[in-house]
Amino acid sequence: MMQPEEIFEYVKEEFGEEGFSFSSGDIGDSWIQVEAGMIKTVSKFLRDDPKMRFNTLMCLSGVHYPKEEELGVTYNLHSTELKQTVALKVRVPIENPNVPSIEAIWKTADWHEREAYDMVGLIFEDHPNHKRILLPDDWEGHPLRKDYVQQDFYRGITTGA
Amino acid sequence: MLEVISKETGNKEMVINMGPQHPSTHGVLRLELVLDGEIITKVRPNIGYLHRCFEKYAEQMDDYAKVIPYTDRMDYVSAINQEHGYVIALERMLELEVPERVEYIRVIMAEMQRIASHLLGIGAFGLDLGAFSPFLYLFTEREKILDIFERVTGARLLYNYFAVAGLMRDVHPEFKTDTAEFVKTFRPKIKELNDLLSYNKIFIKRTANIGVLPEKVALNYAASGPVLRGSGVEWDLRKNDPYSIYDKFDFEIPVGTGEVGTLGDCWDRYMVRVKEMEQSLRIIEQALDGMPDEGDVMEAIPKRIRPKEGEIYVRTETPRGELGYYIISDKSASPFRVKARAPSFVHLSMLPAISKGSLIADMVAIVGSIDIVLGEVDR
Amino acid sequence: MGMLDKKYHDSNIIIVGLESALNWARKNSLWYEQFGLACCAIEMMATAASRYDFDRFGIIPRSSPRQADVMIVAGTVTMKMASRILRLYEQMSEPRYVISMGSCSNCGGPYWEHGYHVLKGVDKVVPVDVYVPGCPPRPEALLEGFLKLQEKITGETIIEKSENVSKKEQTNDAT
Repeated sequence: MMQPEEIFEYVKEEFGEEGFSFSSGDIGDSWIQVEAGMIKTVSKFLRDDPKMRFNTLMCLSGVHYPKEEELGVTYNLHSTELKQTVALKVRVPIENPNVPSIEAIWKTADWHEREAYDMVGLIFEDHPNHKRILLPDDWEGHPLRKDYVQQDFYRGITTGA
Repeated sequence: MLEVISKETGNKEMVINMGPQHPSTHGVLRLELVLDGEIITKVRPNIGYLHRCFEKYAEQMDDYAKVIPYTDRMDYVSAINQEHGYVIALERMLELEVPERVEYIRVIMAEMQRIASHLLGIGAFGLDLGAFSPFLYLFTEREKILDIFERVTGARLLYNYFAVAGLMRDVHPEFKTDTAEFVKTFRPKIKELNDLLSYNKIFIKRTANIGVLPEKVALNYAASGPVLRGSGVEWDLRKNDPYSIYDKFDFEIPVGTGEVGTLGDCWDRYMVRVKEMEQSLRIIEQALDGMPDEGDVMEAIPKRIRPKEGEIYVRTETPRGELGYYIISDKSASPFRVKARAPSFVHLSMLPAISKGSLIADMVAIVGSIDIVLGEVDR
Repeated sequence: MGMLDKKYHDSNIIIVGLESALNWARKNSLWYEQFGLACCAIEMMATAASRYDFDRFGIIPRSSPRQADVMIVAGTVTMKMASRILRLYEQMSEPRYVISMGSCSNCGGPYWEHGYHVLKGVDKVVPVDVYVPGCPPRPEALLEGFLKLQEKITGETIIEKSENVSKKEQTNDAT
């Protein structure tokens, strides 16, 4: 079982310093920030390497950071074999919110990524079925963006009181 | 729409819509089934018919504590367990100590809720497959649990009972005897259920060897709870990543064995739930013995909840599996972001993988055996 | 059996107005369309199950709208679901009634403020006869709702009903 710091060092050995950073808040979990372009190779490495073995993706969340004008994705990984946990983060600018899809690595990411697209408007490249999941296809906007304005009518039915 | 279907399926195949209003979809779920005769070649689940904006509400509330009633309404069959995960997440963010009596009451309530939820899940599963009477018997038992809950919390279904580092009110003086009485009367009912439903020949025919979920697929899809355990994986967060005071109790993790069919079929998933109720009874008994009689359950509740900046992912074992809360705090009075990782959401995404090639009549069995709650899928 | 079949075993005649005979029959066999949407559906199931036992009022669940007299909208109605509810309502045959069960379908309930995807009251889509408050309403409350509906049916006259229907159609055309 390795701590997140050790995992970060291990990943850095494999891929080099470029594009990685390690940080944490005042409380709670720490995370490894990864450049968007590298997330797929890093994920594959984390899944297959004998010292990592992250065989499940527990959670994938899309977040909108209005101050930085960025969107983010957080990947919470867990290894049932080695009982270790790590969080990865990807940040992309809001004008160009493209993140490679990791659906091919962990199947569970399929719906999570669709939800992140639906809720905050992230775009996952190479996703096999890149559509809205919770809201109808013809819905306007992404509700979990902080600047979201609710549409007044949906197909002639009022959304207000 | 028609055009798309004909292009995709040619003349041989047929598309059937199951839901969004169908008696055995357990709520408002729509399944597009592509059929070749009676064989399902493709399933496309369509969800979102109960999307109630939980995550938006969590951000909009002006207090962390005001989110608790909304967590109730996610998985309305096991509301207590939903609250439990959320308050644990906040306690870890605030680094709070929880009084011992509170922890014991929480565990008893959570395990009782687990039994109630499984009773409903099993009852509805039987109902889907044409067994009506088990549903009525199980609901009689469920009502007994709800009676105790009603005396404790004041509500039958959505409780809003857990508070951060405390409880909304203390339990009534007869709580211990009531619960012990329930445990005593309920234990023989599990045997009755096995005679009535589990080993019923027709029930086995409808569930054995159907909807087989291999271990590898289950892990790749991040399945959890009875669905994962049905595939023979011994994985329970109460043991593998203990929270609350679960490490104090002695209980087993029941797993699927392939007793009447293949490992990981519908019957295995069903049986795990039945065995789990027995284990919950064991936990309740031990907790009743260890529960301190004295102690204020409200003294540790913080006046003001303002976590420092940071984020946390906390997961707990609900009757359906791993419920995760990913909470980001930005030092304000309300969360910056709350994402609920719902087990049913993940399990439902698995449906196309496990139902391919089965008969259309078995679809009902497969959906029933993964025991989804749509409130949690759509949030 | 009992005393009753001895009393009535010859061909007896009861003279009663057509309307009250129809209303009597209608109110005592209210078959409801299972419309379980959310939390309230669990309480609806509990009402139908062993302890509360809907059956004793002649109320039984049907899975098809074509066989149902009354639709219980039990739970939160979302934008995605709203058009489906209207479709199912239209498939029910006259006379048809709607019971709105729970705060969500009455007015949006706890989701009225920021619920961008929640319809604030099912009465924006279909006409409602009885509103049952609560979040969720207890089984007793739903039973009370049915008793109120029975009261409403008792007072109905054929002329009034057909007038109401044509009025409804007019408003439907307008929207």
